[in-house]
Amino acid sequence: MQIQPIVSALRKHKLATALIALEIALACAVLVNATSMIVGRLSAMHINSGVDEASLGAIVVTGFDPKQANDLNARMVAGLRAIPGVQSVHVVSSVPFGSPWGSMGVTLDRKHYVTVPEFYEGGPGTPEALGLKLVAGRFPATDDYQPLQGYLPLSSRVLITRALAEKLWPGESPLGKEFWSGKNQFRVIGEAAHLMMSQYNEEGERGAQWTVFVPTQPGGQLSGTYLIRAKPQDLNRVMTAARAKVAKIAPDVVLDHDYSHTLPTLRTKFFATDRAMAGLLVGVIVALLGVTALGIVGLASFWVSQRTKQIGIRRALGATRGDILSYFQTENFLIVSFGIVLGVTFAIGINLVLMRHFEVARLPYWYLPVGAVVLWILGQLAVLAPALRAANVPPVVATRSV
Amino acid sequence: MFTYYLDLAVRSLRRNPVLTFLMVLAIAVGIGAAMTTLTVMHVLSGDPLPGKSAHVFYAQVDSDPTPGYKHTEPPDMMDYRSATDLWSTHRADRQALVTVPKPLKIRASDSSLPPLMEPVLFTTSDFFPMFDVPFEYGSGWTAADDTDRARVAVISSDLNNRLFGGKDSVGKTLRVRNADLRIVGVLKPWRPSPLFYDVRGGRFANGDTAGYYGKPEGVFAPFFTGLDINEGNFWWFNCWAMPKPGERMVNAPCNWVGLWVQLDSPAKVAAYRTFLDHYAQQQKALGRIGYTETRLRDLMDWLAFNHFVPSDVKLQTWLAFAFLAICLFNTVGLLLAKFMRRAGEIGIRRALGASRRAVVAQCLTEAGLIGLIGGLGGWLLTLVGLWLVRQQQTPYSGLVHMDVSMFIVTFVLAIVVSLIAGALPASRASHVAPALQIKTL
Repeated sequence: MQIQPIVSALRKHKLATALIALEIALACAVLVNATSMIVGRLSAMHINSGVDEASLGAIVVTGFDPKQANDLNARMVAGLRAIPGVQSVHVVSSVPFGSPWGSMGVTLDRKHYVTVPEFYEGGPGTPEALGLKLVAGRFPATDDYQPLQGYLPLSSRVLITRALAEKLWPGESPLGKEFWSGKNQFRVIGEAAHLMMSQYNEEGERGAQWTVFVPTQPGGQLSGTYLIRAKPQDLNRVMTAARAKVAKIAPDVVLDHDYSHTLPTLRTKFFATDRAMAGLLVGVIVALLGVTALGIVGLASFWVSQRTKQIGIRRALGATRGDILSYFQTENFLIVSFGIVLGVTFAIGINLVLMRHFEVARLPYWYLPVGAVVLWILGQLAVLAPALRAANVPPVVATRSV
Repeated sequence: MFTYYLDLAVRSLRRNPVLTFLMVLAIAVGIGAAMTTLTVMHVLSGDPLPGKSAHVFYAQVDSDPTPGYKHTEPPDMMDYRSATDLWSTHRADRQALVTVPKPLKIRASDSSLPPLMEPVLFTTSDFFPMFDVPFEYGSGWTAADDTDRARVAVISSDLNNRLFGGKDSVGKTLRVRNADLRIVGVLKPWRPSPLFYDVRGGRFANGDTAGYYGKPEGVFAPFFTGLDINEGNFWWFNCWAMPKPGERMVNAPCNWVGLWVQLDSPAKVAAYRTFLDHYAQQQKALGRIGYTETRLRDLMDWLAFNHFVPSDVKLQTWLAFAFLAICLFNTVGLLLAKFMRRAGEIGIRRALGASRRAVVAQCLTEAGLIGLIGGLGGWLLTLVGLWLVRQQQTPYSGLVHMDVSMFIVTFVLAIVVSLIAGALPASRASHVAPALQIKTL
């Protein structure tokens, strides 16, 4: 295959060649960046919550007086536990994907704030019911569950996640170590593999796992949110029954319809906008590739009809159909290649701009060759129909009116 | 001449329907994507208080007494003492305190409906005139009601529909938590976009600011009444120390009150700035607060400071315009093909005496016609796109509609894009050498 004649033919059509190459370049830049964003959104959606989501649900009620908290907790726990299929009911401050309870700055020396983890509280047996996986230490024993003084016990023995341990004491075991938040002291007795923030805001997996579990006695501020555990196959039925039963257990409180769901449902709701954005990006990519292909088809058809006579002459001089076909395909390959070279530069540039202004990750560089291959294939497919039409030009055309 | 060119353009477009369709499609799809996102941007980035936003300001003083940190910005709200000190001087033309809205248990005393949780905003009487809040029945409460801690409330039209079937409910009683409030006013449907007086904390939101476009609260009640009926149940923006169990909000080491002021002249704005600075310096001298940073941003500045347009929406707009650019390149290529194929025809026109400008005009007429048809398609696709946006579960999905200005922009953008696309091919076509073309005929 000789490239030289193709290149000199393209030189005669600098403008059209440049246009298609530019279109390919832009398409390449958008394609690669949009794909990277889709992958980013989808991987964010697979965040490890650290709990047995398939077996868990939450019931949240509001609109009661704090003075009634103990009575309400007792009635709710007893009433919900009586539902057939419920394995356990625990009073908790919040659940992953639920409404956040609170974040507080913590210090190691009571002076310098290190970071702001989110705090979970729960009554006896909560870590086991959540299904937290310990990597070191132990679960809280019965006497670790202490009464609240306002929002927290004054001094508590807590579980923290591995990510938070790594942030507070890099490279060291956190067991037995202390940290502070204001006047409240915390001593680490266990290290959990994962426990995500209830509503993390895309600071990445690392920050999303900066959490503390404080074992506490239910009552006072710890009331109104109930963690229900059931077998995964029973969960939906149990939660439907639980939502309905709240009106009977406590007619004077208000069920929070937004957060009283199974954890899988809460997860789906939490990521609804990410899913919509990913869908939109897929739509853009499809439309983009479609428009680019149409542009190639349009221009290739024009060139084929413009060169019908030349093709006829070539055929008359002995060129095979294969020769003509491969001429147009090589030509397309060259144009697309120009576009890709330009597009790779655009893609990296756009990515740098996006990284500065939006929460967008660095483009993994292996996306670039993949994007290039996709565009090469798209180009070859788009040019196929016009090229086949060119290959079917009969040699006799050459002899017609010159 | 224009009608003649138009006639030529229609003929030319008809001659090659497939190519015409491809070009119209490319423009329509590009315009559809661009206008969908532009309309969303237009709706979300608009001025929620047109004509008045330049006179409405948000005041900030840094109430944190604990030394040691570098505070580059005062917190987004103030503690009780600072906020009420500033409010009670009445130095501004109008001033209103606001709290963080929180759902409270509501029931209408003469309604059989079960209790419901409805966000309640505790504020002061100037809130309604300052923000031009429209009333269906009754009115806001008086300045005397503020200081007398009157048990009164204003409800939204939405809540009035739910509780009282939309009838005039002024004078009826609304039970909020354990207190009975007399309804003094019912609002007309009112949906500022964004819900500007609740905007805060945007710099910590990572661009996830869709929540700023929610509905206004169902219940508005006097701030000082709230101290009586909602003690221990307020939300705060942040605290510099852990509130003690049972500590009253008026003493809590927390920032939980915002102050909006209306200042009608630049001189008053400057005077108020000085007033804020003096207050902060005086309080620092007294040792009550640790910093003297103050801010007085007007409404739009405050919104911009909070990066109020969700970053997803901005990203989508950039994406849509990149897409439009691709469609543009595509159309340039196709138009080039189309015009150059007619080189013979153009050569004859030129040989018969048509000027280059005439050829350009003819080509641009054709491009403009494609833009017009593409704009029509783009408008339909925009309507589809906006419908899709409305199907999404975002707080602003109900707000997004096309208005007259965006309708006009759609067609202007389509025609401008097509003329830009046509410019290069038209100039190429006008440079066809007549002699060469006629020779080959």
